[in-house]
Amino acid sequence: MTRATGGVVNFMLRLVLVAATLAVWEALVRLAEVPAFILPTPSSIFTALYRGIASTLYLNHIGITLAETLIGFVVGTVLAFALGIAVALSRPVEYFLYPFIVMFQAMPKVALAPLIIVWFGLGLTSKVVNAALVAFFPLMVNTIVGLRSAEEEKVDLMRSLAANRWQVFWMLRLPNAMPYIFAGLEIAMIFALIGAIVAEFVGAQSGLGMLIQSMNFTMDVAGQFSVLPILSVLGLILNGMVNGVRRRVLFWDPSQKVDAVASAQKKGGTL
Amino acid sequence: MRAVAPSIELARNVIAVRALSKRYGGLDGIEALHEVDFSVGEGEFLAIVGPSGCGKSTLLKILAGLIPATGGTALLNDVAIEGPRRDIGVVFQSPVLFPWRSVLGNVLLPADVQRLGRARMTQRAMELLALVGLSGFEHSYPWQLSGGMQQRVSLVRALIHDPALLLMDEPFGALDALTREAMNVELQRIWLERRKTVVFITHSTGEAVFLADRVAVMTPRPGRIGDLFAVDLPRPRALDVMTHEKFGGYVRRIRAALNAGGGLE
Repeated sequence: MTRATGGVVNFMLRLVLVAATLAVWEALVRLAEVPAFILPTPSSIFTALYRGIASTLYLNHIGITLAETLIGFVVGTVLAFALGIAVALSRPVEYFLYPFIVMFQAMPKVALAPLIIVWFGLGLTSKVVNAALVAFFPLMVNTIVGLRSAEEEKVDLMRSLAANRWQVFWMLRLPNAMPYIFAGLEIAMIFALIGAIVAEFVGAQSGLGMLIQSMNFTMDVAGQFSVLPILSVLGLILNGMVNGVRRRVLFWDPSQKVDAVASAQKKGGTL
Repeated sequence: MRAVAPSIELARNVIAVRALSKRYGGLDGIEALHEVDFSVGEGEFLAIVGPSGCGKSTLLKILAGLIPATGGTALLNDVAIEGPRRDIGVVFQSPVLFPWRSVLGNVLLPADVQRLGRARMTQRAMELLALVGLSGFEHSYPWQLSGGMQQRVSLVRALIHDPALLLMDEPFGALDALTREAMNVELQRIWLERRKTVVFITHSTGEAVFLADRVAVMTPRPGRIGDLFAVDLPRPRALDVMTHEKFGGYVRRIRAALNAGGGLE
């Protein structure tokens, strides 16, 4: 058997396994007569998903959640990157910000969501703020660690060439930090989505989190389930965007190749 | 105490080191170098041989301007070395290549730092890469090269800005024995063609005798320059010079000097 046909066979096996799981689920729910408001059948979830998409009801909510996530991601990561650079390069900045960083890092940022809704209202702004807040820390921490990770001999090499501080930063520290920064961006993107959804749970007029919440009030459990695959696809697309940029920027990092293969497999498995 | 050493006083000294001392960690700290004296003439190849921990690397870092001395002076072309200088090229023990830069990009790093103009320097980089047998690898990335090839890239990088002095800190120490011998032959060929002033640090007496015009023996705790040996072997030296009786004689005498200084166990 060649590797290509082996891959096809494995892929078919995966599909069979997914189909079998859904079939067992369907059969068990029907046989045990589990009420639909506890656990709906896969077929009723698919029906709900189809109706939601066909009626374009979901599209508006997807658009809102996506916008909140992306704007929050950009705002949070730009601030995190700037502050990360300041902390990594300046001892006084690090010294005075350190207590705040430690305090915030240990705290679950989603606990602030109710306050943020009070401060910024039920609209888009509060979701963006919450998404930015949770996206902020993973990138800031990784930026600091990455900028400090340049090996001593590389710094010595730059210094032996009479490079100034800025040249050491631009030619060595920043490119050297890129693998860390991209790992941080990947986490930040998924965190931004979580931040947006949690803020929608707390109080919103639209968005997929609000949709789940309102379906919960009306006991539409199949509807709630139908939103979950949409969220996973959204997560995969957002993650794929960061990965695509990463592979272009970090073409030089041999360790990235392993990651790329692993994440490609991961994608095949979840889609 | 110091043995009288044969020294070739050349017309002009590129490096003049006088009573150079280095102490780490204040007055009761460790003395890494104690009143080191030596000079290197223009176009001369000086090897400094000594065991690990004898202060060789400290000496090289002072010459490269990376750390300050705590006593004495080190002059490069009659100017005290008080910090990093643009007219020094350093080859470290590991190649220290930037993985995000191609071979050509790595070689041009000093040109970028010192704003020497890429167009002009690219021409020179291509010539030097050809000199070390790396033509055709300009656009490769470091992870695609073997250890020996990487170290050749770092040698070209150290030569690209045409420094007055080339400092080499056990540059082939991390390579396997066969690659190391091949690199020694190659370094000699490049040196004969370019005639740079070289200070070459090694813990291999054979390597020192093979490459150098003079070999300085360094002894530890605190690091001092002991005996100096002028190596009178015709160039270019082929690898089989190592089987030569005269070569063996130099190696024996240098080992004896290392032993006398407590350098070897």
